[in-house]
Amino acid sequence: MTPKLAIDGLRVAYRADGRETLAVDGATLHVADGEFVAIVGPSGCGKSTILKVVAGLIPPSGGDVRVDGKPLDGVPDGVGMVFQHDALLPWKTVRDNVRLPLALRGLPHAEQNAEVDRLLTLVRLGGFADYFPRALSGGMRKRVALARTLAYNPSLFLMDEPFGPLDAQTRIHIGREFLDIWQRVGKSVVFITHDVEEAIALADRVLVMTARPGRVKAAFAIDLPRPRAFEEVRFTPRFRDLQAEIWHALTGDAPAELVS
Amino acid sequence: MNASRATPASTLVGRIVVGVVILALWELCSGRLFSDFWISRPSAIAHSLAQMATSGDLWWNLSATLQETLSGLAIGMVVGTLLGIVLAWSGRFSDWLYPYVMALYSLPKVALAPLFVVWFGIGIWSKILMVTSFVVFVAFYNVYEGVRGIDRDLLDMMKTYKASRMQVLTWVVFPAIAAWILTSLRLGIGLALIGSVIAELVGANRGMGYAITKAGNTLDTPGIFAGLFVIMVVAVVLEAAVVQIERRVLRYR
Repeated sequence: MTPKLAIDGLRVAYRADGRETLAVDGATLHVADGEFVAIVGPSGCGKSTILKVVAGLIPPSGGDVRVDGKPLDGVPDGVGMVFQHDALLPWKTVRDNVRLPLALRGLPHAEQNAEVDRLLTLVRLGGFADYFPRALSGGMRKRVALARTLAYNPSLFLMDEPFGPLDAQTRIHIGREFLDIWQRVGKSVVFITHDVEEAIALADRVLVMTARPGRVKAAFAIDLPRPRAFEEVRFTPRFRDLQAEIWHALTGDAPAELVS
Repeated sequence: MNASRATPASTLVGRIVVGVVILALWELCSGRLFSDFWISRPSAIAHSLAQMATSGDLWWNLSATLQETLSGLAIGMVVGTLLGIVLAWSGRFSDWLYPYVMALYSLPKVALAPLFVVWFGIGIWSKILMVTSFVVFVAFYNVYEGVRGIDRDLLDMMKTYKASRMQVLTWVVFPAIAAWILTSLRLGIGLALIGSVIAELVGANRGMGYAITKAGNTLDTPGIFAGLFVIMVVAVVLEAAVVQIERRVLRYR
Protein backbone atom coordinates (compact mmCIF):
# COMPACT_ATOMS: atom_id res chain seq x y z
CA MET A 1 0.00 0.00 0.00
CA THR A 2 1.33 3.48 -0.83
CA PRO A 3 1.93 5.58 2.25
CA LYS A 4 -0.19 8.70 2.71
CA LEU A 5 2.94 10.80 2.84
CA ALA A 6 6.43 9.77 1.75
CA ILE A 7 9.35 12.11 2.26
CA ASP A 8 12.74 10.83 1.09
CA GLY A 9 16.01 12.70 1.46
CA LEU A 10 14.29 16.09 1.64
CA ARG A 11 16.61 19.04 1.45
CA VAL A 12 15.51 22.65 1.94
CA ALA A 13 17.85 25.61 1.59
CA TYR A 14 17.08 29.28 2.07
CA ARG A 15 18.90 32.26 0.73
CA ALA A 16 19.23 35.00 3.31
CA ASP A 17 21.70 37.91 3.24
CA GLY A 18 23.34 36.39 0.19
CA ARG A 19 24.23 33.22 2.04
CA GLU A 20 22.63 29.85 1.61
CA THR A 21 21.38 28.26 4.82
CA LEU A 22 20.36 24.62 5.01
CA ALA A 23 17.17 24.25 7.02
CA VAL A 24 16.56 20.57 6.31
CA ASP A 25 19.14 18.12 5.04
CA GLY A 26 18.20 14.59 4.11
CA ALA A 27 14.98 14.19 6.11
CA THR A 28 13.17 10.94 5.47
CA LEU A 29 9.81 10.00 6.92
CA HIS A 30 6.77 8.01 5.88
CA VAL A 31 3.26 8.34 7.24
CA ALA A 32 0.80 5.49 6.71
CA ASP A 33 -2.87 6.09 5.95
CA GLY A 34 -4.63 6.92 9.23
CA GLU A 35 -1.38 7.14 11.16
CA PHE A 36 -0.64 9.86 13.72
CA VAL A 37 3.01 10.89 13.62
CA ALA A 38 4.47 13.46 15.99
CA ILE A 39 7.78 15.20 15.35
CA VAL A 40 9.82 16.62 18.20
CA GLY A 41 13.12 18.42 17.98
CA PRO A 42 15.05 21.46 19.15
CA SER A 43 13.68 24.82 18.04
CA GLY A 44 14.92 25.92 14.65
CA CYS A 45 15.56 22.36 13.51
CA GLY A 46 13.37 22.73 10.43
CA LYS A 47 10.28 20.89 11.70
CA SER A 48 7.96 23.64 10.49
CA THR A 49 9.85 23.87 7.22
CA ILE A 50 9.06 20.22 6.47
CA LEU A 51 5.34 20.87 7.00
CA LYS A 52 5.41 23.95 4.78
CA VAL A 53 7.04 21.94 2.02
CA VAL A 54 4.36 19.25 2.25
CA ALA A 55 1.63 21.94 2.21
CA GLY A 56 3.12 23.34 -1.00
CA LEU A 57 4.12 26.66 0.58
CA ILE A 58 7.90 26.28 0.22
CA PRO A 59 9.58 24.57 -2.73
CA PRO A 60 12.04 21.81 -1.75
CA SER A 61 15.64 22.13 -2.90
CA GLY A 62 16.12 18.41 -3.25
CA GLY A 63 14.73 15.00 -2.39
CA ASP A 64 11.36 13.46 -3.07
CA VAL A 65 7.98 14.29 -1.50
CA ARG A 66 4.88 12.31 -2.40
CA VAL A 67 1.32 12.62 -1.13
CA ASP A 68 -0.75 9.51 -1.98
CA GLY A 69 2.11 8.41 -4.22
CA LYS A 70 1.91 11.57 -6.35
CA PRO A 71 4.99 13.81 -6.52
CA LEU A 72 4.48 17.27 -5.09
CA ASP A 73 3.41 19.93 -7.59
CA GLY A 74 2.09 23.11 -5.96
CA VAL A 75 -0.50 22.73 -3.21
CA PRO A 76 -1.45 19.03 -2.95
CA ASP A 77 -5.07 17.79 -2.71
CA GLY A 78 -6.55 16.77 0.60
CA VAL A 79 -3.92 18.35 2.82
CA GLY A 80 -5.08 20.66 5.59
CA MET A 81 -2.81 22.75 7.76
CA VAL A 82 -3.35 24.05 11.29
CA PHE A 83 -1.06 27.01 11.85
CA GLN A 84 0.84 27.80 15.01
CA HIS A 85 -0.86 31.18 15.34
CA ASP A 86 -4.36 30.07 14.37
CA ALA A 87 -4.41 32.24 11.15
CA LEU A 88 -8.06 33.22 11.67
CA LEU A 89 -9.42 36.14 9.66
CA PRO A 90 -9.96 38.85 12.30
CA TRP A 91 -12.67 40.59 10.22
CA LYS A 92 -14.80 37.48 9.89
CA THR A 93 -17.05 35.94 12.51
CA VAL A 94 -16.44 32.44 13.83
CA ARG A 95 -19.09 31.16 11.40
CA ASP A 96 -17.48 32.82 8.40
CA ASN A 97 -14.02 31.64 9.41
CA VAL A 98 -15.17 28.02 9.67
CA ARG A 99 -17.14 28.09 6.45
CA LEU A 100 -14.19 29.56 4.51
CA PRO A 101 -13.02 26.30 2.88
CA LEU A 102 -16.64 25.39 2.02
CA ALA A 103 -17.30 28.83 0.52
CA LEU A 104 -14.12 28.65 -1.55
CA ARG A 105 -15.36 25.36 -2.93
CA GLY A 106 -18.68 27.01 -3.83
CA LEU A 107 -20.94 24.89 -1.63
CA PRO A 108 -24.55 26.18 -1.37
CA HIS A 109 -25.13 28.49 1.58
CA ALA A 110 -27.56 26.23 3.43
CA GLU A 111 -25.11 23.33 3.30
CA GLN A 112 -22.28 25.57 4.50
CA ASN A 113 -24.30 26.63 7.50
CA ALA A 114 -25.39 23.12 8.39
CA GLU A 115 -21.79 21.90 8.25
CA VAL A 116 -20.55 24.86 10.30
CA ASP A 117 -23.16 24.16 12.98
CA ARG A 118 -22.15 20.50 13.13
CA LEU A 119 -18.43 21.35 13.42
CA LEU A 120 -18.92 24.08 16.00
CA THR A 121 -20.82 21.60 18.15
CA LEU A 122 -18.01 19.09 17.64
CA VAL A 123 -15.39 21.53 18.91
CA ARG A 124 -17.80 22.68 21.64
CA LEU A 125 -18.26 26.25 20.41
CA GLY A 126 -22.00 25.96 19.76
CA GLY A 127 -23.01 29.42 21.00
CA PHE A 128 -20.12 31.40 19.50
CA ALA A 129 -20.90 31.45 15.78
CA ASP A 130 -21.42 35.22 15.64
CA TYR A 131 -18.38 36.23 17.70
CA PHE A 132 -15.32 37.84 16.16
CA PRO A 133 -11.98 36.09 16.91
CA ARG A 134 -10.82 39.04 19.04
CA ALA A 135 -13.52 38.24 21.60
CA LEU A 136 -12.36 34.63 22.07
CA SER A 137 -9.69 33.12 24.33
CA GLY A 138 -6.59 31.49 22.85
CA GLY A 139 -8.01 28.00 23.37
CA MET A 140 -11.30 28.89 21.70
CA ARG A 141 -9.49 30.35 18.71
CA LYS A 142 -7.56 27.10 18.35
CA ARG A 143 -10.86 25.24 18.27
CA VAL A 144 -12.14 27.56 15.54
CA ALA A 145 -8.98 26.95 13.51
CA LEU A 146 -9.41 23.21 14.05
CA ALA A 147 -13.06 23.37 12.98
CA ARG A 148 -12.04 25.24 9.83
CA THR A 149 -9.50 22.56 8.94
CA LEU A 150 -12.10 19.87 9.65
CA ALA A 151 -14.49 21.68 7.30
CA TYR A 152 -11.91 21.31 4.54
CA ASN A 153 -12.04 17.58 5.32
CA PRO A 154 -8.43 16.75 4.42
CA SER A 155 -7.10 13.21 4.52
CA LEU A 156 -3.78 14.49 5.88
CA PHE A 157 -3.60 17.02 8.72
CA LEU A 158 -0.43 19.07 9.10
CA MET A 159 -0.25 20.65 12.53
CA ASP A 160 2.51 23.13 13.29
CA GLU A 161 2.82 23.36 17.09
CA PRO A 162 -0.91 24.05 17.13
CA PHE A 163 -1.17 24.21 20.92
CA GLY A 164 2.20 25.92 21.39
CA PRO A 165 1.10 29.40 22.46
CA LEU A 166 -1.50 28.14 24.98
CA ASP A 167 -1.12 27.91 28.75
CA ALA A 168 -0.56 24.47 30.29
CA GLN A 169 -4.14 23.92 31.46
CA THR A 170 -5.74 24.93 28.16
CA ARG A 171 -3.24 22.71 26.33
CA ILE A 172 -4.40 19.69 28.29
CA HIS A 173 -8.06 20.49 27.64
CA ILE A 174 -7.75 21.07 23.94
CA GLY A 175 -5.29 18.17 23.55
CA ARG A 176 -7.84 15.80 25.09
CA GLU A 177 -10.61 17.13 22.86
CA PHE A 178 -8.42 16.89 19.80
CA LEU A 179 -7.42 13.30 20.58
CA ASP A 180 -11.09 12.51 21.02
CA ILE A 181 -12.02 14.02 17.66
CA TRP A 182 -9.11 12.38 15.89
CA GLN A 183 -9.99 8.96 17.26
CA ARG A 184 -13.40 9.40 15.63
CA VAL A 185 -12.32 10.76 12.22
CA GLY A 186 -9.14 8.66 11.98
CA LYS A 187 -7.18 10.72 9.44
CA SER A 188 -3.41 10.85 8.95
CA VAL A 189 -1.68 13.51 11.04
CA VAL A 190 1.78 15.01 11.11
CA PHE A 191 1.94 16.88 14.41
CA ILE A 192 4.85 19.11 15.32
CA THR A 193 5.46 19.95 18.95
CA HIS A 194 8.26 20.67 21.37
CA ASP A 195 6.33 18.93 24.14
CA VAL A 196 7.49 15.30 24.40
CA GLU A 197 4.63 14.27 26.71
CA GLU A 198 2.05 15.72 24.34
CA ALA A 199 3.68 13.86 21.44
CA ILE A 200 3.61 10.49 23.24
CA ALA A 201 0.03 10.93 24.48
CA LEU A 202 -1.25 11.67 20.97
CA ALA A 203 0.84 9.80 18.43
CA ASP A 204 1.31 6.32 16.99
CA ARG A 205 4.90 7.19 16.29
CA VAL A 206 7.24 9.90 17.58
CA LEU A 207 10.13 11.08 15.41
CA VAL A 208 13.07 12.94 16.90
CA MET A 209 14.92 15.47 14.75
CA THR A 210 18.49 16.71 14.99
CA ALA A 211 19.41 20.38 15.32
CA ARG A 212 19.68 22.41 12.10
CA PRO A 213 20.08 21.32 9.40
CA GLY A 214 17.28 19.00 10.43
CA ARG A 215 17.01 15.33 9.72
CA VAL A 216 15.17 12.53 11.47
CA LYS A 217 17.55 10.79 13.85
CA ALA A 218 15.31 8.41 15.79
CA ALA A 219 11.79 6.97 15.63
CA PHE A 220 9.74 5.50 18.46
CA ALA A 221 6.62 3.38 18.02
CA ILE A 222 4.14 4.36 20.72
CA ASP A 223 2.52 1.05 21.64
CA LEU A 224 0.14 2.48 24.23
CA PRO A 225 -3.34 1.05 23.65
CA ARG A 226 -6.12 3.11 22.02
CA PRO A 227 -8.46 4.71 22.76
CA ARG A 228 -6.16 6.60 25.07
CA ALA A 229 -6.98 8.92 27.90
CA PHE A 230 -4.90 12.01 27.13
CA GLU A 231 -4.00 12.74 30.77
CA GLU A 232 -4.20 9.42 32.64
CA VAL A 233 -1.99 7.64 30.12
CA ARG A 234 0.89 9.77 31.40
CA PHE A 235 0.93 7.90 34.70
CA THR A 236 1.45 4.42 33.21
CA PRO A 237 4.91 2.80 33.45
CA ARG A 238 5.13 2.30 29.67
CA PHE A 239 4.61 6.03 29.12
CA ARG A 240 7.40 6.78 31.57
CA ASP A 241 9.76 4.43 29.74
CA LEU A 242 9.01 6.02 26.35
CA GLN A 243 9.38 9.46 27.84
CA ALA A 244 12.85 8.59 29.16
CA GLU A 245 13.95 7.07 25.85
CA ILE A 246 12.74 10.02 23.78
CA TRP A 247 14.24 12.58 26.14
CA HIS A 248 17.50 10.71 25.90
CA ALA A 249 17.40 10.78 22.09
CA LEU A 250 16.52 14.49 22.12
CA THR A 251 19.27 15.59 24.48
CA GLY A 252 21.85 13.40 22.74
CA ASP A 253 23.13 16.32 20.73
CA ALA A 254 22.62 19.01 23.34
CA PRO A 255 25.62 20.74 24.96
CA ALA A 256 27.32 18.53 27.56
CA GLU A 257 26.31 20.57 30.59
CA LEU A 258 22.64 20.04 29.73
CA VAL A 259 22.97 16.29 29.35
CA SER A 260 24.47 15.58 32.78
CA MET B 1 -11.02 65.19 35.95
CA ASN B 2 -10.58 61.83 34.32
CA ALA B 3 -11.35 62.02 30.60
CA SER B 4 -12.84 58.53 30.51
CA ARG B 5 -15.52 59.60 33.00
CA ALA B 6 -16.94 62.27 30.66
CA THR B 7 -20.33 61.44 29.14
CA PRO B 8 -21.04 62.16 25.45
CA ALA B 9 -23.68 64.73 26.51
CA SER B 10 -21.30 66.70 28.70
CA THR B 11 -18.67 66.64 25.95
CA LEU B 12 -21.19 68.09 23.51
CA VAL B 13 -22.22 70.82 25.95
CA GLY B 14 -18.55 71.69 26.52
CA ARG B 15 -17.93 72.00 22.81
CA ILE B 16 -20.93 74.25 22.29
CA VAL B 17 -19.80 76.46 25.18
CA VAL B 18 -16.30 76.84 23.66
CA GLY B 19 -17.82 77.75 20.29
CA VAL B 20 -20.16 80.33 21.79
CA VAL B 21 -17.34 81.88 23.87
CA ILE B 22 -15.09 82.22 20.81
CA LEU B 23 -17.84 83.82 18.73
CA ALA B 24 -18.78 86.18 21.59
CA LEU B 25 -15.14 87.27 22.09
CA TRP B 26 -14.78 87.79 18.35
CA GLU B 27 -17.92 89.91 18.22
CA LEU B 28 -16.76 91.94 21.27
CA CYS B 29 -13.20 92.55 20.06
CA SER B 30 -14.29 93.47 16.57
CA GLY B 31 -14.47 97.22 16.17
CA ARG B 32 -13.04 97.74 19.67
CA LEU B 33 -9.61 96.01 19.80
CA PHE B 34 -9.27 95.52 16.04
CA SER B 35 -10.89 97.21 13.09
CA ASP B 36 -13.68 95.06 11.71
CA PHE B 37 -12.30 95.72 8.27
CA TRP B 38 -9.59 93.13 9.06
CA ILE B 39 -11.38 90.52 11.12
CA SER B 40 -15.03 91.24 10.27
CA ARG B 41 -17.52 90.11 12.93
CA PRO B 42 -19.71 87.01 13.34
CA SER B 43 -22.96 88.95 12.94
CA ALA B 44 -21.75 90.49 9.65
CA ILE B 45 -20.57 87.07 8.43
CA ALA B 46 -23.94 85.54 9.28
CA HIS B 47 -25.62 88.35 7.40
CA SER B 48 -23.37 87.81 4.38
CA LEU B 49 -24.10 84.06 4.51
CA ALA B 50 -27.84 84.69 4.61
CA GLN B 51 -27.55 87.00 1.62
CA MET B 52 -25.55 84.41 -0.33
CA ALA B 53 -28.10 81.76 0.49
CA THR B 54 -31.16 83.78 -0.51
CA SER B 55 -29.62 85.11 -3.75
CA GLY B 56 -28.79 81.55 -4.83
CA ASP B 57 -25.05 82.36 -5.04
CA LEU B 58 -24.26 79.98 -2.20
CA TRP B 59 -25.72 76.91 -3.82
CA TRP B 60 -24.42 77.92 -7.27
CA ASN B 61 -20.83 78.03 -5.96
CA LEU B 62 -21.08 75.31 -3.32
CA SER B 63 -22.57 72.76 -5.72
CA ALA B 64 -19.67 73.30 -8.14
CA THR B 65 -17.07 72.84 -5.39
CA LEU B 66 -18.87 69.78 -4.02
CA GLN B 67 -19.07 68.21 -7.45
CA GLU B 68 -15.35 68.76 -8.11
CA THR B 69 -14.34 67.61 -4.64
CA LEU B 70 -16.43 64.45 -4.59
CA SER B 71 -15.71 63.42 -8.20
CA GLY B 72 -11.99 63.99 -7.76
CA LEU B 73 -12.04 62.21 -4.42
CA ALA B 74 -13.80 59.18 -5.91
CA ILE B 75 -11.51 58.98 -8.95
CA GLY B 76 -8.38 59.50 -6.84
CA MET B 77 -9.41 56.88 -4.27
CA VAL B 78 -10.25 54.23 -6.87
CA VAL B 79 -7.15 54.82 -8.99
CA GLY B 80 -4.85 55.08 -5.96
CA THR B 81 -6.27 51.95 -4.35
CA LEU B 82 -5.98 49.85 -7.50
CA LEU B 83 -2.47 51.14 -8.16
CA GLY B 84 -1.49 50.35 -4.56
CA ILE B 85 -2.79 46.78 -4.73
CA VAL B 86 -1.26 46.08 -8.14
CA LEU B 87 2.14 47.51 -7.25
CA ALA B 88 2.28 45.86 -3.82
CA TRP B 89 1.50 42.53 -5.45
CA SER B 90 3.65 42.76 -8.51
CA GLY B 91 7.01 42.21 -6.81
CA ARG B 92 9.80 43.22 -9.13
CA PHE B 93 7.70 45.52 -11.33
CA SER B 94 6.91 47.59 -8.25
CA ASP B 95 10.63 48.02 -7.53
CA TRP B 96 10.99 49.55 -10.98
CA LEU B 97 8.00 51.86 -10.79
CA TYR B 98 8.01 52.93 -7.15
CA PRO B 99 10.66 55.71 -7.34
CA TYR B 100 8.77 57.36 -10.20
CA VAL B 101 5.50 57.31 -8.30
CA MET B 102 7.25 58.86 -5.31
CA ALA B 103 8.89 61.50 -7.56
CA LEU B 104 5.47 62.52 -8.88
CA TYR B 105 4.18 62.54 -5.31
CA SER B 106 6.87 65.05 -4.27
CA LEU B 107 5.75 67.58 -6.92
CA PRO B 108 3.88 70.54 -5.40
CA LYS B 109 0.43 69.87 -6.86
CA VAL B 110 -0.37 73.59 -6.91
CA ALA B 111 2.27 74.00 -9.60
CA LEU B 112 0.30 71.61 -11.79
CA ALA B 113 -2.77 73.85 -11.89
CA PRO B 114 -1.67 75.89 -14.94
CA LEU B 115 -1.00 72.67 -16.82
CA PHE B 116 -4.49 71.34 -16.09
CA VAL B 117 -6.01 74.63 -17.20
CA VAL B 118 -4.06 74.41 -20.46
CA TRP B 119 -5.32 70.86 -20.97
CA PHE B 120 -8.94 71.21 -19.92
CA GLY B 121 -9.68 74.94 -19.80
CA ILE B 122 -11.25 76.54 -16.74
CA GLY B 123 -14.24 74.18 -16.71
CA ILE B 124 -14.92 71.47 -14.17
CA TRP B 125 -12.45 68.89 -15.53
CA SER B 126 -9.32 70.85 -14.73
CA LYS B 127 -10.59 71.07 -11.12
CA ILE B 128 -11.44 67.38 -10.88
CA LEU B 129 -8.00 66.48 -12.17
CA MET B 130 -6.41 68.78 -9.61
CA VAL B 131 -8.35 67.11 -6.80
CA THR B 132 -7.45 63.68 -8.16
CA SER B 133 -3.75 64.57 -8.19
CA PHE B 134 -3.99 65.44 -4.49
CA VAL B 135 -5.93 62.35 -3.45
CA VAL B 136 -4.41 59.62 -5.60
CA PHE B 137 -1.04 59.54 -3.87
CA VAL B 138 -2.44 59.35 -0.37
CA ALA B 139 -4.67 56.45 -1.39
CA PHE B 140 -1.82 54.75 -3.23
CA TYR B 141 0.66 55.07 -0.40
CA ASN B 142 -1.73 53.86 2.32
CA VAL B 143 -3.00 50.90 0.31
CA TYR B 144 0.52 49.93 -0.78
CA GLU B 145 1.69 49.82 2.83
CA GLY B 146 -1.53 48.06 3.86
CA VAL B 147 -1.12 45.25 1.32
CA ARG B 148 2.56 44.80 2.19
CA GLY B 149 1.64 44.54 5.87
CA ILE B 150 -0.88 41.70 5.44
CA ASP B 151 -0.11 38.79 7.78
CA ARG B 152 1.87 36.21 5.79
CA ASP B 153 0.12 33.39 7.65
CA LEU B 154 -3.28 34.46 6.30
CA LEU B 155 -2.04 34.35 2.72
CA ASP B 156 -0.38 30.96 3.33
CA MET B 157 -3.62 29.71 4.88
CA MET B 158 -5.62 30.79 1.81
CA LYS B 159 -3.06 29.08 -0.39
CA THR B 160 -3.40 25.75 1.41
CA TYR B 161 -7.16 25.94 0.74
CA LYS B 162 -6.39 26.50 -2.95
CA ALA B 163 -8.09 29.89 -3.01
CA SER B 164 -8.16 31.72 -6.34
CA ARG B 165 -6.64 35.19 -6.72
CA MET B 166 -10.10 36.74 -6.63
CA GLN B 167 -11.00 34.83 -3.46
CA VAL B 168 -7.79 36.00 -1.77
CA LEU B 169 -8.73 39.58 -2.70
CA THR B 170 -12.26 39.40 -1.32
CA TRP B 171 -11.57 37.32 1.81
CA VAL B 172 -8.19 38.73 2.85
CA VAL B 173 -6.79 41.69 0.91
CA PHE B 174 -9.80 44.04 0.81
CA PRO B 175 -10.82 43.52 4.45
CA ALA B 176 -7.19 43.81 5.56
CA ILE B 177 -6.72 47.16 3.83
CA ALA B 178 -10.18 48.53 4.68
CA ALA B 179 -8.73 50.42 7.64
CA TRP B 180 -6.00 51.88 5.41
CA ILE B 181 -8.49 52.87 2.72
CA LEU B 182 -10.64 54.65 5.31
CA THR B 183 -7.60 56.46 6.72
CA SER B 184 -6.67 57.67 3.26
CA LEU B 185 -10.29 58.67 2.64
CA ARG B 186 -10.20 60.83 5.78
CA LEU B 187 -6.95 62.46 4.78
CA GLY B 188 -8.23 62.68 1.21
CA ILE B 189 -11.29 64.77 2.13
CA GLY B 190 -9.12 67.60 3.43
CA LEU B 191 -6.78 67.36 0.45
CA ALA B 192 -9.66 67.21 -2.03
CA LEU B 193 -11.10 70.45 -0.68
CA ILE B 194 -7.67 72.08 -0.87
CA GLY B 195 -7.32 70.84 -4.44
CA SER B 196 -10.69 72.11 -5.66
CA VAL B 197 -10.42 75.50 -3.96
CA ILE B 198 -6.86 76.06 -5.22
CA ALA B 199 -7.92 75.13 -8.74
CA GLU B 200 -10.78 77.61 -8.47
CA LEU B 201 -8.40 80.32 -7.24
CA VAL B 202 -6.18 79.79 -10.27
CA GLY B 203 -8.96 80.23 -12.75
CA ALA B 204 -12.70 79.67 -12.52
CA ASN B 205 -16.06 81.31 -12.96
CA ARG B 206 -17.83 79.30 -10.29
CA GLY B 207 -17.11 77.57 -6.93
CA MET B 208 -16.24 78.48 -3.35
CA GLY B 209 -12.65 79.38 -4.29
CA TYR B 210 -14.03 81.71 -6.95
CA ALA B 211 -16.49 83.23 -4.43
CA ILE B 212 -13.68 83.92 -1.98
CA THR B 213 -11.48 85.51 -4.65
CA LYS B 214 -14.35 87.67 -5.79
CA ALA B 215 -15.06 88.81 -2.23
CA GLY B 216 -11.34 89.52 -1.76
CA ASN B 217 -11.18 91.62 -4.91
CA THR B 218 -13.97 93.85 -3.60
CA LEU B 219 -12.44 94.00 -0.09
CA ASP B 220 -15.57 92.25 1.23
CA THR B 221 -14.10 90.70 4.42
CA PRO B 222 -17.40 89.23 5.70
CA GLY B 223 -17.79 87.55 2.27
CA ILE B 224 -14.32 85.96 2.57
CA PHE B 225 -15.07 84.66 6.05
CA ALA B 226 -18.47 83.37 4.92
CA GLY B 227 -16.76 81.38 2.14
CA LEU B 228 -14.19 79.97 4.57
CA PHE B 229 -16.98 79.02 6.97
CA VAL B 230 -18.86 77.11 4.27
CA ILE B 231 -15.71 75.18 3.29
CA MET B 232 -15.09 74.34 6.94
CA VAL B 233 -18.64 73.02 7.36
CA VAL B 234 -18.28 70.83 4.26
CA ALA B 235 -15.00 69.34 5.60
CA VAL B 236 -16.52 68.61 9.02
CA VAL B 237 -19.63 66.98 7.55
CA LEU B 238 -17.67 64.78 5.13
CA GLU B 239 -15.25 63.75 7.86
CA ALA B 240 -18.14 62.83 10.17
CA ALA B 241 -19.60 60.66 7.41
CA VAL B 242 -16.31 58.74 7.11
CA VAL B 243 -16.23 58.20 10.88
CA GLN B 244 -19.68 56.62 10.63
CA ILE B 245 -18.50 54.32 7.84
CA GLU B 246 -15.43 53.39 9.90
CA ARG B 247 -17.60 52.37 12.85
CA ARG B 248 -19.51 49.97 10.66
CA VAL B 249 -16.70 48.51 8.59
CA LEU B 250 -14.22 48.11 11.45
CA ARG B 251 -16.75 46.61 13.85
CA TYR B 252 -14.54 43.52 14.30
CA ARG B 253 -11.95 45.52 16.20
